[in-house]
Amino acid sequence: MDSSRRDFLKASIAASSAMAVGLPLSKEARALASQAEKNWQWDKGVCRFCGTGCGLLVGTHNGRVVATKGDPKAPVNKGLNCIKGYFNAKIQYGKDRITQPLLRMTNGKFDKKGKFQPVSWEKAFDVMEEQFKKAYNELGPTGVAIFGSGQYTIQEGYVSAKLMKAGFRSNNIDPNARHCMASAVVGFIQTFGIDEPAGTYDDLELTDTVVTWGANMAEMHPILWSRAADNRLSHPERVRVVNLTTQRNQCSTVADLEIVFRPGTDLAIWNYLAREILHRDAMDKDFVQKHCVFATGPYDIGYGMRGTDKFAFAAERDTQAKQREITLDKWEAIAQRKTAGMKVKQTHTKKPVAHWMITFEEFKRGVEPYTLDFVAELAKGDVDESLEDFKKKLVQLADLYCEKGRKVASFWTMGFNQHYRGSWVNEQAYMVHLLLGKHAQPGNGAFSLTGQPSACGTAREVGTFAHRLPADMVVFNPKHRARAEKLWKLPAKTLNPKTGSHIVKIMRDLEEGKIKFAWVQVNNPFQATANTNHWLKAAREMDNFIVCSDPYPTISGKVADLILPSAMIFEKWGAYGNAERRTQMWRQQCPPPGQARSDVWQVLEFSKRFKLREVWGEKPIPGLQDADFPPGKLPDVLPAAQAMGYSPDATLYDVLFATPENKRYRWPDPVAKGHDNCTVQDLGENWFPEKALFEEYAAFGRGHMHDLAPFDRYYADDVRGLKWPVVDGKETQWRFNEKYDPYVSAGSGFEFYGPALKALPTGDLDGVTDKNKKSLKGKAKIFFRPYAAPPEQPDDNYDLWLCTGRVLEHWHTGTMTRRVPELHRAVPAAQIFMHPEDAKKRGLSRNDVAVIESRRGKVKAIVETQGRNRPPKGYTFVPFFDESVMINKVTLDVTCPMSKETDYKKCAIKVYKA
Amino acid sequence: MAGAERSRRDFFQRLARGAGGAVLGGSVWAYLLQEQAHATPFALRPPGALDEEDFLATCIKCGQCVVDCPYDTLDLAKVGDPVPIGTPHFVPRTTPCFMCPDIPCVKACPTGALDPGLTDIAQAEMGIAVLVDHENCLSWRGLRCEICHRDCPLTNTAITVEPHPRKLSKHAVFVPVVHSDACTGCGVCEKSCPLPEPAIKVLPPALAKGKLGEHYRFGWTTENAITQEFDPAEVAPEDIGSRLQESMDYLNEGLTP
Repeated sequence: MDSSRRDFLKASIAASSAMAVGLPLSKEARALASQAEKNWQWDKGVCRFCGTGCGLLVGTHNGRVVATKGDPKAPVNKGLNCIKGYFNAKIQYGKDRITQPLLRMTNGKFDKKGKFQPVSWEKAFDVMEEQFKKAYNELGPTGVAIFGSGQYTIQEGYVSAKLMKAGFRSNNIDPNARHCMASAVVGFIQTFGIDEPAGTYDDLELTDTVVTWGANMAEMHPILWSRAADNRLSHPERVRVVNLTTQRNQCSTVADLEIVFRPGTDLAIWNYLAREILHRDAMDKDFVQKHCVFATGPYDIGYGMRGTDKFAFAAERDTQAKQREITLDKWEAIAQRKTAGMKVKQTHTKKPVAHWMITFEEFKRGVEPYTLDFVAELAKGDVDESLEDFKKKLVQLADLYCEKGRKVASFWTMGFNQHYRGSWVNEQAYMVHLLLGKHAQPGNGAFSLTGQPSACGTAREVGTFAHRLPADMVVFNPKHRARAEKLWKLPAKTLNPKTGSHIVKIMRDLEEGKIKFAWVQVNNPFQATANTNHWLKAAREMDNFIVCSDPYPTISGKVADLILPSAMIFEKWGAYGNAERRTQMWRQQCPPPGQARSDVWQVLEFSKRFKLREVWGEKPIPGLQDADFPPGKLPDVLPAAQAMGYSPDATLYDVLFATPENKRYRWPDPVAKGHDNCTVQDLGENWFPEKALFEEYAAFGRGHMHDLAPFDRYYADDVRGLKWPVVDGKETQWRFNEKYDPYVSAGSGFEFYGPALKALPTGDLDGVTDKNKKSLKGKAKIFFRPYAAPPEQPDDNYDLWLCTGRVLEHWHTGTMTRRVPELHRAVPAAQIFMHPEDAKKRGLSRNDVAVIESRRGKVKAIVETQGRNRPPKGYTFVPFFDESVMINKVTLDVTCPMSKETDYKKCAIKVYKA
Repeated sequence: MAGAERSRRDFFQRLARGAGGAVLGGSVWAYLLQEQAHATPFALRPPGALDEEDFLATCIKCGQCVVDCPYDTLDLAKVGDPVPIGTPHFVPRTTPCFMCPDIPCVKACPTGALDPGLTDIAQAEMGIAVLVDHENCLSWRGLRCEICHRDCPLTNTAITVEPHPRKLSKHAVFVPVVHSDACTGCGVCEKSCPLPEPAIKVLPPALAKGKLGEHYRFGWTTENAITQEFDPAEVAPEDIGSRLQESMDYLNEGLTP
């Protein structure tokens, strides 16, 4: 294989020109081309995009990622990638990478109305500090906020959450993951007492039945879908695939059964299944009796809109009024055992999560109205389908679920989670699986797929939410706060017990002037938040300061005051946790360009600018009511801090991050195998923040059902991520199942051991009858949740449904994928997918430009009537990646009242020719 | 001659007529010269032919290779053929190349237009067989044909069969797969395809091949060792983020309505 340098160069030139014209290379030329790659260096990594968590091998040369390949050893993807994953090597190299901090200035001074100009990091932090302190000193901890992310690395999420919660004593940190899986979390916590799935992706191969509910896996989890499809193709006589959807999509190409339902009626279909299980005597009585209880909660919980219409546009007021009172339609009346036309005040908007135990008989009474006739008439989503055909499909669905011995795995994503009753519909999935005793077993289970690469690993497990602490703990639980304060070495009552603003509320607070400083980290909320006309205006016109950390210019950058250039995935150390509890880590492969810096460094560096005396004195928290705290304020904890040995002049960096314990993790570290660390270099110190902070964080979960392995273990050459809990070095395949889960008590078979919400009052379908709380330790809850109608539906004026989502080629708001020329070429713009008859009725044909208008805003998009999605009449779909079709100006900021997750899937629009 | 071949020929005749129309004011000779000067992407050349442009510059149209071809595979292009006039080519469906081990055509070439360095016929790159028509390929549909695979002089190397489950019944489908690194483009498969029009056709390499992005490797075809002593670059290449001014212009233009 030896060749002289001259031959080598000649061969490289020949190789590249031969490739350029598409000629195949001779064997000699190929050998020489691979010689050219001899100096490439390879390491394992993780795909930057979705929650699937595909393993990569990353090749670098001369400070640049030159190639990637799917990692054949990665259990998730076995060497495959989707077309986004294929382009991981290109996402860092868009020509418009921001390589210097940019500040709005006039005459060299910060000016909110000024133009962006490059500044030094020092200057950027000076202005940022001044603006932060202005807001913080005026409004207290609730006047500042961080827009966090499900794409944070574990360490990024951890430093940001710790700085906010322990440092600034603010719970106003909430991730875009709120928009993505908050409803799944509520479903998990309420049903099992602990977050995240029982099963794993292996269920895709082990099951006999793959049922997708509001999950276009074919495009959104492409590699998982190829696993499901392979199972179907390999076992054609046994395996069945069902696609429950509101429009025909790419999953239908593999599905045996496609059920197109009307938006929101998934709630009714689940109850039909539950009723069938009872009527067919298909319930696993032994399983239910041993491991489950029945429960329900109030129905009048609102729709997550603001209680006041003070900030509403005039056209929004009618929808907005439903937050206070609704009139039951004929379907809801039957579904909720009431009368049509009845006005129902929404009296449980403040405590929507309350619930109580009921008897099996009450549960049975709850599902009894959901007959085949009722549900079919309500749920049929395609006017061109006959009622009889639709009924047949529902029966087939029930047959598959109920068949004794048939393994069933249900999968869902945004169709459930982004839902005005998202938490309910998650709970209903468990309802059916628990009734059948088909859960937490190989091939059997209800599995919530996540959207983002570390929605589980970071947003949920680290707890970068307004109410969460690491390892499933919550700020409003005094025991949890005490444990966090102990682990973080904080004085008692440093942590704020009042839940902060969730991500939609952070936007609302900006508009209402309650938040005046916000830091956007690893996301693009001003494009991605529903009803964004409000928020864009608030950002630019209100008295506030918005910082946006991003590698590229985005809409959020456009409305910010300061832009900080961030290092991208392979320019830093990091860790992601995917949807099957698999934690995966990577090393820095190349340096960030120009002055781009890691997000961990940005937070650490900012924390140096705060002394304890500025943040740990008495602080106002409007509305704070807690037995352990004076009303409306957090106490001064400086004396207690001093007693612990902290000087009031110590910085948050010293107290929270560069602690003596953390500094024991020295840099360089053999685990690096020579790889650099830009965070360490930019700090100019010799400790290893990513490792120290991971180990500090992992202490929360170890021995508490969230055990992570030691940091170094994830970097071993033979490890491709590990599924927590990792106990005695072993990962856990199926949780709650004695055969697989070390946390399950011996002899119990199954144990739903999650500790949250495990003592409940008792009642009937309508309310609590016995307030005494009874323990249901080790058991899961089977919830009865009724059908409720979507608060905004098509009417004479706004006569079409609008649903938004993704396309395979683009990730979220396209900030990375639209900078990959090949992906941009494939899908350059968002289109509105609609039924050809609907288009024709409006004088539109394919490729015409149409105006899409709702009560909240309007945008233009090109009409597509024969594309990848085939909506039924009355229904449209628009992807949200395209900033020139900013569909979130049109969408509705209704949320599930329990999870506060936005329903991006249902609002009413009109469409007309531009 | 049946549909596909005829329409291909019609297409080129139309092209030729179009070109001819443009030069009616000049001489037919000028037209022929012009036609000759244009390499055609459809030509299948004898083994060892240089890249099309070099080949056309080097070939003196002497016909020696055609004379020495023992199977009469090669022919000199006539007016109307989809190939510059007088140059040697072959049409596999009529007569494929039978891959003589001694490669007489190359030996006959006086100018090196057919590269004398080609001494192993299995290294020839005349074209690449492409299974173009999955809809009519009997093997793709599950019938047990696979004649192309079995007749291929480099069978199991240039053409393999990959079994896939058939969705419609309990039978596997044996899909013929061509491997371009081994396929010489001899065209035996195209000749022997039992359909009235072949589902597999030989195309010149430049037409047949796509190209994997240089930024990607198929992990299961490569060595996948992790670098044990990584040598990091100290700074990122300067061209990354080279358009800061454009970024600022975009950010400063404000929101579009």
